[in-house]
Amino acid sequence: MYEFFAHLDRRWIFLLMLLAVAVPLLQGVRFPEEPSDMVRNVYAAMDESSRGSLVLMAFDYDPASQGELQPMAAAFTRHAALRGHRMIFLTLWPQGVPMLRRNIDILKTEFPDYVYGEDYVNLGYRPGAEGVIKVVVSDLKELYASDVSGTSVSQLPLTRDLKNIQQVDLLVNISAGTPGAKEWVQYAATPYRIPMVAGTTGVGAPALYPYIPQQLVGVLGAIKAAAEYEQLLIGGYPVLAENIQAQEGLKRMGPQLVAHLLMIVLIIAGNIVYFAGRRRGVTR
Amino acid sequence: MNRATVIWGMLLIAGAAYLLVRVQSVGNGRVYVQRVEVQPQAAPPAEGEAPAAAPAGWVRYEPALRSSAGEEDIEVSIPRTVGVWLAALLTLCILSFLWGDNPFYKLAESVFVGASAGYAMVVGFWTGIVQNLFGKLFPELMRASFLPGQEGEGSLVYIVPLVLSVMMLMRLSPVGGWISRWPLAFFIGATAGIRLVSYFKSDFLLQIESSIVPLIVMTDGGLNWQESLKNITVTVGVLSCLVYFFFSVEHRGAAGVASRLGIWFLMITFGAGFGYTVMGRIALIAERLQFLFSDWLWLI
Repeated sequence: MYEFFAHLDRRWIFLLMLLAVAVPLLQGVRFPEEPSDMVRNVYAAMDESSRGSLVLMAFDYDPASQGELQPMAAAFTRHAALRGHRMIFLTLWPQGVPMLRRNIDILKTEFPDYVYGEDYVNLGYRPGAEGVIKVVVSDLKELYASDVSGTSVSQLPLTRDLKNIQQVDLLVNISAGTPGAKEWVQYAATPYRIPMVAGTTGVGAPALYPYIPQQLVGVLGAIKAAAEYEQLLIGGYPVLAENIQAQEGLKRMGPQLVAHLLMIVLIIAGNIVYFAGRRRGVTR
Repeated sequence: MNRATVIWGMLLIAGAAYLLVRVQSVGNGRVYVQRVEVQPQAAPPAEGEAPAAAPAGWVRYEPALRSSAGEEDIEVSIPRTVGVWLAALLTLCILSFLWGDNPFYKLAESVFVGASAGYAMVVGFWTGIVQNLFGKLFPELMRASFLPGQEGEGSLVYIVPLVLSVMMLMRLSPVGGWISRWPLAFFIGATAGIRLVSYFKSDFLLQIESSIVPLIVMTDGGLNWQESLKNITVTVGVLSCLVYFFFSVEHRGAAGVASRLGIWFLMITFGAGFGYTVMGRIALIAERLQFLFSDWLWLI
């Protein structure tokens, strides 16, 4: 038995992990989510803003991290639209442009009353990383003279009188790294006291916690927080209970639970094999 | 033929056979779109002028659910269908690395790196150089060519970044490569200066301010033990971690105890970070499998 586990081909582990994720997905396994205080704070920041507030949606992620971040970006977009907020989309990542389009498609299909230019604007990408933030906090039109399709921002009712992003009521950032939430905190939220919430990958979440609550209202960390946010959203807006697209995070928590259980079992099994080997005098 | 090749071959043949049967029976992997005719309205005529002819319309294709197949204006999109099949096959190529390094993985990796770099370069060119630089230096020319919506006057200040950019490109020149050090020095100096100010405020001063918290929290005349415990943990954690990274005194006695406590706090932080990372990685594989099962194979 010891020999079998000590020399187990790691590809069996990969196969087990594949099954642990695939089977719950195929079976549609889901579990109820109990939102944490952190997620409730983020939800409240969006929900308690007065109707028609101006929200900056800075989505700094790319297709490589959309598995983790797209559910929370979609949830923020739906929540803002359900509250009747006006949105300005932009990204500091060149590969973030299709991600913006994906979320704007949600507005087009699920909120047909939302009018481009009046209720939302897509400013797209500008190179310069945190330099872009540094400029748009004082003069938006210096960098964004036109939107993503080349229309002058002075011709769009939403951005016509917008001087800079200090005028937004809430800053929402989805971040997969640098530039991302940290830079928005450093160059926009902290110096100009703009209320900000962030959603980030699991790897990036611990680095943002020190900013809470003074510089950041709250952080959604990885898919778990996205699922909790979706749960709150469905509770607040029951119309979303019928919308399968609005439950991507919840759908992916079933595989998460099974895969985490497998990880725990593997860690325990690995330790047992290790200590059994030590008792037998095996050194590696 | 070795054992691995035989297993690979059998898996590939079985997979291809399954796909063929499924495509024949279900038609999976197709992407449906809705055809939407767009007809812009003519601009209202000025006083005394005849109404202008309506501009030419165009067709826009919106994503449609596969359940709407067969309905009016719903059709299969060949480019998007090819895209789904390509994405699915490239995903399988990447996942094949779990078995071992192989040519399929190398092909997919190269495609990913090349496509990402090419896409970033093209987007950077049109947004950074065309819109931001040329749009400010030659506004009339840009309005007449690539940027009809561009407004505002030009600004000669943008000659500075243009000159710095050209100087940077001198690195590629066989002679005068040293010229590229000047814009680099400017860039590093400016970035360091900008970052220093923002870091000092948000990551130093405000972090110190946030760490100064009451150790005993009283609420409604009584002890709020939860908040008190939280604040004590934060304070002890910050101080012990600082001691761990303070190397001017030997970590013995009280400093040694605080330092070891700091290690515990650090380890717990790294553990939480590792847990989050695991969750992130599982989320990524779940999303890919969901794509394969849903968009490609139509199993869910």
